[in-house]
Amino acid sequence: MEQYIINKEGLQELVAAIIKDGKKVIAPVLRNNKPVYDSVKDYSEIINDFVQTVNSAKEVIFPRTEKLFGFRKDSDGVTVEDFNAGTVPSTVVWGIKPCDAAAIASISAIFNWDYHDKLFNTRLEKTTWISFSCQEADDNCFCTSVNGGPGNTANSDIQLTRMRNSGEFLAEILSDKGIAVKQLSPSSFKPLSEPVIKGEYLADIPVKFDYLQVSQKLEGLFESDVWKEQSLRCLGCGACAYLCPVCACFDIQDESHGKCGERLRCWDSCGFSQFTIHTSGHNPRDKQSQRWRQRLLHKFSYMPERLSVYGCTGCGRCSRSCPADINIFENLISIGR
Amino acid sequence: MNDLRQKAKELLGSGKVKLIIGYEEGPGNKVRAAFSESEESAGKLIFDSRCVQNLAVYLTRKDIRDKGKIAITASVAVMYSIIQLASENQLSDEYLTVLGISPDMTLTEFENMAAVEKFLTQHKVRMAERDAEMLEKISRMTADERWNFWLKTLEPCFKCYACRAACPLCYCTRCTVESNRPQWIPVPSHTIGNLEWHIMRALHMSGRCTDCEACARACPIGIPLNLLTKKIHQDMTGAFGEFSPSVSAGNMMSTFKPDDKETFIR
Repeated sequence: MEQYIINKEGLQELVAAIIKDGKKVIAPVLRNNKPVYDSVKDYSEIINDFVQTVNSAKEVIFPRTEKLFGFRKDSDGVTVEDFNAGTVPSTVVWGIKPCDAAAIASISAIFNWDYHDKLFNTRLEKTTWISFSCQEADDNCFCTSVNGGPGNTANSDIQLTRMRNSGEFLAEILSDKGIAVKQLSPSSFKPLSEPVIKGEYLADIPVKFDYLQVSQKLEGLFESDVWKEQSLRCLGCGACAYLCPVCACFDIQDESHGKCGERLRCWDSCGFSQFTIHTSGHNPRDKQSQRWRQRLLHKFSYMPERLSVYGCTGCGRCSRSCPADINIFENLISIGR
Repeated sequence: MNDLRQKAKELLGSGKVKLIIGYEEGPGNKVRAAFSESEESAGKLIFDSRCVQNLAVYLTRKDIRDKGKIAITASVAVMYSIIQLASENQLSDEYLTVLGISPDMTLTEFENMAAVEKFLTQHKVRMAERDAEMLEKISRMTADERWNFWLKTLEPCFKCYACRAACPLCYCTRCTVESNRPQWIPVPSHTIGNLEWHIMRALHMSGRCTDCEACARACPIGIPLNLLTKKIHQDMTGAFGEFSPSVSAGNMMSTFKPDDKETFIR
């Protein structure tokens, strides 16, 4: 790993160089007064003063609506137009947090569980992740309870750490993709004049619950009343799942117009009442409490057990945006007790 | 607050109601819906300016109705939703006791829906000035400009349906967007799918929406989607005159009079 110092002008030059190179840049911006990830054309659009964005950046690798293939019926039969990897733009995601970078391993494990998803892997291959370590956290952050941390570099290609008061950033180049981005604006990166102790600049995020204890408790809780109690005020929307950097459930839809059409993969959520309904009309999860149980068990039991990854990286988005104030770590703490 | 807790304890203790829906403190200075079924738990009920979630959304839910007779702490906005729900035959006096909290924080246990409706005549919902200005701005747009405005405004929607879930009047157990034989509204959240969903939602709210703003508050990404329902309300007021939810007068868009003065309707 190489370390450099980069100042604000250096960051500006770097973003300009990435855009000039023809790459798509996704970064935190303000829309409807909320911090969200969106594509940017200029450094000036990017915001820095926020604890966490409302949405995650997972859309870069798992779009809300994605064409799997096209089809056309003609006199010779049906022609299928397969996914064309060439249509996926080379993308740099700027300004994600370490919890979001950690989530890449989790969502990747889902899309490579047995079948290796070509679309997902193509997008992942073409994406470079530039994370910013956390100098601030809020009540909803709990990365340190799920094996993460404010300076965790896992899955980041470059990590930047703002060095308090100096206006400069420590830049850690963590992969070949990181090196390639650095090469776009080499003069932005200055050598270190003295060693930097990164830990001095990181937020203090206390551990909120014992992950192993929660996982163990969950094993015996399938029939517990705890799910009913916790989900009574749940409204059954999909905000938590759609904002989550790990949630990867999808629905398949065919849309056709005359003789041609496309098959689409669209986000779905286990919180929706129709999520598991069978063609017979039977719904094995016809109550919200069963759907809430599924959400928690999937993240904190099934994913760790079957895919050896964390199903939650402690970003806190679900709790911040829940219209009914369902707070995930509060529920985990009560389960752990 | 003590009035509220005292009243709640009394109602639960006497067995007059089985459940009280109100608010309680959550972590981090947030408040949330509370469901109190015992005198003991009534002690956690609160009401202050942070209590804005429209609790009427829970009144039509089967698992909550199965608990028996309910009392609810209701701000003016919640009372409007209750009367609208009652006018649509979704609520009745046998089932619900309204603990109204007026803007000056006075607690009133209403005898029945009629009393709530009467109370509301003194508390009209007024559109915020900035919303009125925005609607004015939209109405001055050309058709093309307006079309593009809505495409752009609704583009970020990813169809989490928090707007639908938070709305007390979206109580259908199966929504049009979930009907797939035929598929009325495209499921994907792409430009046309988003537009069709929001237009459909707004049209189903015409003459019913009480402007509580639960939909816009619930939207995680802050889309001002209530502008659509506000605009429809404005148009309907223009066409039919001032109207308010009313159990006795019925629901505007589902009321028909043979002697209507408009000839086109006959």
